[in-house]
Amino acid sequence: MGMTLSQKILAAHAGLKEVKAGQLINAKLDLVLANDITGPVAIKEFKKTGQNSVADGKKIALVMDHFAPNKDIKSAQQCKTCREFANEQNIENFFDVGKMGIEHALLPEQGLVGAGDLVIGADSHTCTYGALGAFSTGVGSTDMCAGMMSGECWFKVPSAIKFVLHGKPPKYVCGKDVILHIIGLIGVDGALYKSMEFTGDGIKHLSIDDRFTICNMAIEAGAKNGIFPVDEVTLEYMKDRFKREPKIYTADEGAEYEKVIDIDLSALEPTVAFPHLPENTKTKWGEIKIDQVVIGSCTNGHISDLRIAAEILNGRKVAKHVRAIIIPATNEIYLQAIREGLVEIFIKAGAIVSTPTCGPCLGGYMGILAENERAVSTTNRNFVGRMGHTTSEVYLASPYVAAASAVTGKLSSPKELI
Amino acid sequence: MKIKGKAFKYGNDVDTDVIIPARYLNTTSETELASHCMEDIDPSFVKEVKKGDIIVAGDNFGCGSSREHAPIAIKASGVSLVIANSFARIFYRNSINIGLPILECPAAVKAINKGDTISCELSDGVIVNETTGEKFKAAPFPEFIQNIIADGGLLKHLTKN
Repeated sequence: MGMTLSQKILAAHAGLKEVKAGQLINAKLDLVLANDITGPVAIKEFKKTGQNSVADGKKIALVMDHFAPNKDIKSAQQCKTCREFANEQNIENFFDVGKMGIEHALLPEQGLVGAGDLVIGADSHTCTYGALGAFSTGVGSTDMCAGMMSGECWFKVPSAIKFVLHGKPPKYVCGKDVILHIIGLIGVDGALYKSMEFTGDGIKHLSIDDRFTICNMAIEAGAKNGIFPVDEVTLEYMKDRFKREPKIYTADEGAEYEKVIDIDLSALEPTVAFPHLPENTKTKWGEIKIDQVVIGSCTNGHISDLRIAAEILNGRKVAKHVRAIIIPATNEIYLQAIREGLVEIFIKAGAIVSTPTCGPCLGGYMGILAENERAVSTTNRNFVGRMGHTTSEVYLASPYVAAASAVTGKLSSPKELI
Repeated sequence: MKIKGKAFKYGNDVDTDVIIPARYLNTTSETELASHCMEDIDPSFVKEVKKGDIIVAGDNFGCGSSREHAPIAIKASGVSLVIANSFARIFYRNSINIGLPILECPAAVKAINKGDTISCELSDGVIVNETTGEKFKAAPFPEFIQNIIADGGLLKHLTKN
């Protein structure tokens, strides 16, 4: 019996020739990650154990991105806890204001994660790195702490669902539409405990940023991880970035999948997840007036997302009653957006451009919604109260839809602007 | 480990944002987190919850964020057990790791109403609705996971052993 791509990576890191779905294994980690929210809980637990030092400081990354630049005194204290711990433990990959970005955009960009890696992170969107052909999954602070202490983690080997992507996505359809369509199809627990493996001749039409977006939201279908095979697109992205030698694994011919689902990319349309679950997807809707647009986050704060937003906003104006907030995911992306003139387009259109932060995505700061307000957002969750007041609403969409909605002042497909 | 308390009942896909909204994640204080537990889905929860009480919910409980603050807030609020049809995977692992007992039992979820008095023996997974007299059987955790929970979580368990 063959192994899936995810199982191949797990087996290699557990030092085993073969693993099977359901098997419990202990595996060596290439990187352990936490942020300014989950890090302090892990550090508190670490200190209670009495262990003096982490297993390997080079395999730990701490990214101050959720409430940084700090939104209040308590958040500042949390970053201080992480900063002091990083100093004490010689954790070089400590990313603070000025060096930081949103973790799941920053770590691939810095070359700290790449093909063949096994990564755990105390952040549910750690599954993003599957775009690079890595096995990466979100854990809690205790698992993260145990990972820092031992450099290892136990896993239950997941079974997988294979998504075979065919065809080429039409204009105005991007990675976000692909993953929202899939979550709409299988539901928010449709891949619970499983791997989502993306394959097929359609993936060559998906940019690395599209793949990041797709793997990023695997967790919104309950998945343990999402993963793409490595191809020229992946290698091109990792070239001159990835600090280690990429390890390219492929799924075995005879790998067993719980389900195989075919997706025709050419038939997809701009897709929006309505409140209050990412599975409530629609491609047609009536008039829905909005108050705010957010373009950014670990899901859609990449340079290609900003280019899309600029394509729509160039020469147009954000509607008078709409607040448009654009957040490049990292400083490198921010600088690139400046060089390409995107920031000027955004500001002339009446949007604001913020320093990298997770801020509004999780209702932290930088764009909290008031009672009954509605936002179209390129982020990943639209749960009750996610972005502010419990009566506020979040509509999850691509940067095309979000930028078009900013212009019209209502939830809009970009086709409405043609 | 014997558990007894009154049931709080919720639906499917109870996410970690309603269990503990991110606006309160600027602290690691367990009592502070507990004081906002379930605030966005049931503002009366913190006023009504008593030590030993039980949360009963539908599918995919704890979906969303990896924040361990969610099971921490539930445990620190006094809740002694969460029974659901199913759990989101990070929440499931986090609950074991911090020593919050959880069980999957769709039959019990279906039959239990808010306010019912529930007792449970974790070692065999038997759940009794003392209000109605009905009995249910959930698959108990293997012994090593029961020991982690009994020791108060993974790190306490590892330190002890």
